[in-house]
Amino acid sequence: MTGSSDTPLVNILNVEKTFGDGGGFLSTAQPIVKALNNVSLSIEKGDSFCLVGESGCGKSTLARTVIGLNPPSKGEIHYQGTRIDSLSAKERQPFKRKMQMIFQNPYASLNPRMTVAQILEEPLKIHEKGMSKGAIKQKVEEVMVSVGNDPAWGPRYPHEFSGGQRQRISIARALMLDPEFVVADEPISALDVSIQAQVLNVMMDAQEKRNLTYLFITHDLSIVEHFGSKVAVMYLGTVCELADVKDLFDAPRHPYTQALLSAIPKMDGSGVNHIKMSGEVPTAMDLPSGCVFHPRCPYANERCRRDIPTLADNGNTKTACFAVEEGRV
Amino acid sequence: MGKPHSEVSGAKIMTRIKSFLNSDFVYRFRKDKVAVVSLGIVLVLVLSAVLAPLISPFDPYDLKSIDIMDSEIPPVWDENDGDERFLLGTDPQGRDMLSTILYGMRISLMIGFFAVLLQGILGVTIGLLSGYLGGKIDAFFMRLADIQLSFSTLMVAIITLAIFQAAFGAELYSKLAIFMLILVIGIAEWPQYARTVRASVLAEKHKEYVDAARVIGMSPARIMFRHIFPNTLSPILVISTIQVANAIISEAALSFLGLGMPVNQPSLGSLISSGFEYIFSGSWWITVIPSFFLVLLILSINLLGDWLRDALNPKLYKD
Repeated sequence: MTGSSDTPLVNILNVEKTFGDGGGFLSTAQPIVKALNNVSLSIEKGDSFCLVGESGCGKSTLARTVIGLNPPSKGEIHYQGTRIDSLSAKERQPFKRKMQMIFQNPYASLNPRMTVAQILEEPLKIHEKGMSKGAIKQKVEEVMVSVGNDPAWGPRYPHEFSGGQRQRISIARALMLDPEFVVADEPISALDVSIQAQVLNVMMDAQEKRNLTYLFITHDLSIVEHFGSKVAVMYLGTVCELADVKDLFDAPRHPYTQALLSAIPKMDGSGVNHIKMSGEVPTAMDLPSGCVFHPRCPYANERCRRDIPTLADNGNTKTACFAVEEGRV
Repeated sequence: MGKPHSEVSGAKIMTRIKSFLNSDFVYRFRKDKVAVVSLGIVLVLVLSAVLAPLISPFDPYDLKSIDIMDSEIPPVWDENDGDERFLLGTDPQGRDMLSTILYGMRISLMIGFFAVLLQGILGVTIGLLSGYLGGKIDAFFMRLADIQLSFSTLMVAIITLAIFQAAFGAELYSKLAIFMLILVIGIAEWPQYARTVRASVLAEKHKEYVDAARVIGMSPARIMFRHIFPNTLSPILVISTIQVANAIISEAALSFLGLGMPVNQPSLGSLISSGFEYIFSGSWWITVIPSFFLVLLILSINLLGDWLRDALNPKLYKD
């Protein structure tokens, strides 16, 4: 059970997730959407593991699968060596307090009919049944202060706060149970740029003080560079490149990552010759054969159209690409 | 220890009341003349019904105070036959109409309120369960609701009550009538609540605060009743006012048909019904006056409900 140095904190093994089904009695068939295809990642303790990719590539689905909001269709999720995706709700309860989540939209993630104090007390009421009222109040105050909130906000309602303040309340809720692992699903993309940095600092601060591990989802690459330690690039439900942040930004190797990084605007104007990609992202209801990226990849050949590449250690980064393996890039 | 605490909460309640009186809700209410008048009428009628034993000049349940010689006296404004003791005249048994109407309204309102309470409890629970859990439970309850809605409420109520009346015998039935009416009207109309609540739950359950509650590890029951339910209250409030009016109408209709409250304990419906036989002999007031009160009550409740629906729906700002 105890995480020794070689068991990762969170291990995602060959996870697949499909939505929709072929229909049954009195229900119409819905198209099957393959949101995640054979995703394997391991997150070490202390990591700020970033997940990047464009809209609809399955980042959020992966996060929700890890935290237990959507059970995986196939594959396993391990937490400190214990498989957690197959546990019953009751057996999973001790893991719930170790794994928490920060949501994207601070306007929807706080219950509009509950006061800030009620929202923050809920986790303690569920997991710390014997805790006295005074102790709960003290804990709420302590966490509020640690994320830069005024404890006097307690009796007020979420609509009285700005986006950044709400997101800090949301972070406070995630920290109430002293978790080890926090999933943050685009926690700052709904915020004003001037507030983004502030919220990011609160999160980095919490990581330092509480020894947290983050799974951080974003589509903002500059945040990855600033915040992350490891990064996985996703495209259409598959991980196409996995690397340390520094290595990835120094030398991206997967053609998709290269295109993605070249799209970052640069101050000196050198970014104008970015790699232009043709076509649209195919729909997840009808995945391309072989490598999912091949219809838009400038290096694609017959093998890419036929076989599915797997993440392989080649060079400084792990890539799922035949062109990289064969040295064609 | 206890005293300062209660003082603090007292001050809190005062500020709450103040902020409520200054809210948009109250402001828009004050601007709407129809809403103010209907609330006034509803309050006066409800209060006079609740306080009937204190304010009514006679006790219509007290057989000793009734004199058959006083029967069918017209209202006071009839100069020839009016009797100043009976403001609104008397009915065929010699009961004072005003007192009988006040007591009758009490019964009508009580049946309306408790029937709606029963509908609400059933409908909200079923609506929350089917909306949140979905799947087979949802399909089962919603098909049940469809089937029940394909029968008219009155038809179900008439059949059920007629069977019970035959089974119990008229005497026992007249004692149980009030409970039977509450039960039948309550059970007959739960689909209204269940469907409304289910629709709101479907909209609410995909919001992130519900996901957050699930991540924390809350039980589905706690999520449903503590987190989702408070967010479905405004549609519940709106249909509740309209359902109270509907329940009173149903009760009046059933009583008019002779399946409701007995003559010795009349509701507005049974009063209207009992006067109906005398309407051609010139005693119009026995039917018309209770009808007027019934219409006034239902109309005000419905207007209030309409206003509430507009007020709680920000998309319908009128000015």
